[in-house]
Amino acid sequence: MNYTSNLEKVLKTKGFAVTAEIGPPKGCDAEKIKAKADFLINCADAFNITDNQTGVVRLSSIGGSVILLDMGLEPIMQMACRDRNRIALQSDVLGACAVGVRNILFVTGDHQCFGNHPNARGVFDLDSIQLIKVVKDMRDHGVFQSGDEIKFGRPNVFIGGAANPFADPLSFRVDRLEKKIFAGVDFIQTQSVFNLERFNCWMDEVRSRGLDKKVFILAGVTPLKSLKMCERMKFHVPGVDIPNVIYNRMKNTSDPKKEGFDISLELIKEIKKIKGVSGVHITALFWENIIPSLVSKAGLL
Amino acid sequence: MIVTKQKDLESIICLIQKDPVFIVGCSQCATLCKTGGEDEIKKMVSILKVKNINVTGWVLLDPACHLLNDKRILKSYKDKIKKAKKVLVLACGNGVQTVAEIIDNAEVIPGLDTLFLGEIKSVKEFEKRCNLCGECIQYLFDGLCPISRCPKNMLNGPCGGSKNGKCEVSKDLDCIWEIIINKLDKKKKLFLLKRIVEPKDWSKSLVMKR
Ligand code: SF4
Ligand code: SF4
Repeated sequence: MNYTSNLEKVLKTKGFAVTAEIGPPKGCDAEKIKAKADFLINCADAFNITDNQTGVVRLSSIGGSVILLDMGLEPIMQMACRDRNRIALQSDVLGACAVGVRNILFVTGDHQCFGNHPNARGVFDLDSIQLIKVVKDMRDHGVFQSGDEIKFGRPNVFIGGAANPFADPLSFRVDRLEKKIFAGVDFIQTQSVFNLERFNCWMDEVRSRGLDKKVFILAGVTPLKSLKMCERMKFHVPGVDIPNVIYNRMKNTSDPKKEGFDISLELIKEIKKIKGVSGVHITALFWENIIPSLVSKAGLL
Repeated sequence: MIVTKQKDLESIICLIQKDPVFIVGCSQCATLCKTGGEDEIKKMVSILKVKNINVTGWVLLDPACHLLNDKRILKSYKDKIKKAKKVLVLACGNGVQTVAEIIDNAEVIPGLDTLFLGEIKSVKEFEKRCNLCGECIQYLFDGLCPISRCPKNMLNGPCGGSKNGKCEVSKDLDCIWEIIINKLDKKKKLFLLKRIVEPKDWSKSLVMKR
């Protein structure tokens, strides 16, 4: 059997994968990515390189992905619709594929007003669902969005997407996942799970529609490093749902790092039991060095 | 209606630079949103007088975006315009250009910022409703427009930032997708949103003449 990527192989043969996020630096120092990646080398099956996340300018996801490839690691290159029109997006898919990127995850992207260039013009020529379909058509049918033929090499990529089980309205959240699957997504990474109850509701609906059989779902996990970070995420980051139980635990502890770590461990344990979940996606913002002990304690290695 | 907002006074005065000025308003949109009607023109005249700026005259065009009409009306104000070095236009961006097309002795300056094509919700409340995209696709969304009302132009459902009916970009903005979903849900037509809306044909927005 030929697999597009190692991630696909792990998902299809082992049934459970671990991915971890590496945020590129605000600058062109490749060592920053290499140092993070060195640390995480045996912790995950593939590594997300984010694309100017929250609208803050950073080293590009395509550049970051090449750095990982040079180290022998497998990137999941992220691409957002915010900064490029369909011409640039398709061109970058081809370019990334040519240099060896095999997983690309497509998102619409956070609005530019949250970033460090709030005066920028947002592009949003395509939304994530449209982009996923465009890339599927490029890969499987050899055509660009315009219908023009791809002459010299179709991009063979494992197509990823995001899902937020916690945003409103709930029922439509599963509809949107269904649309993404219909558009051609192969795997999904969810928004970080803190609210297990809500995540379970979403997964119940996902399973009842048989969607877990059609797409690999990796549940997001984010270890909370401090009360400040918890508060920022709870109150200021769009789409994040941190229930009060967790907020209070972070508030009342004398050792927030340990508490945040323990919460993540517990969440991973619970997530592993949920039928239809094919892995975890760990995002440890500015706390990447916690990932090795997290995956080893959680028995994910 | 084209919704406008007056630029802040300081920047208007900075643009006038103490030169004698003639003021132009508009009887339609700018009158309706109280930025360039007779009342606002008169108010501007008195403010500028206090600032020791010579106002040589004023006129309310009907409407400012009508080239032939403007030519005819402005002709009768020829002398007053001649005395001015600046013409302050209290109309939308179109009004400014139509006036600038006619007047050649003075510098034409915009007094308003043109915000959007929108709805009058109440006397002082206006909301964006259209981006003039060239091909109206509201039939897909039961008479609602995500092109103009969703800051991310989402055409296939809400982004992950929608919460409690509000848009991630601002708590003052209703998430248009929540509105679309609720409306179709009530009509038991939510299934309509399951089809994938294809990328928009933006070439339609390039039409420059009709
Ligand atoms: S679809 Fe286009 S033309 Fe129709 S209301 Fe929206 S922006 Fe205006
Ligand atoms: S919250 Fe709603 S209106 Fe705002 S960007 Fe997302 S989908 Fe669009």
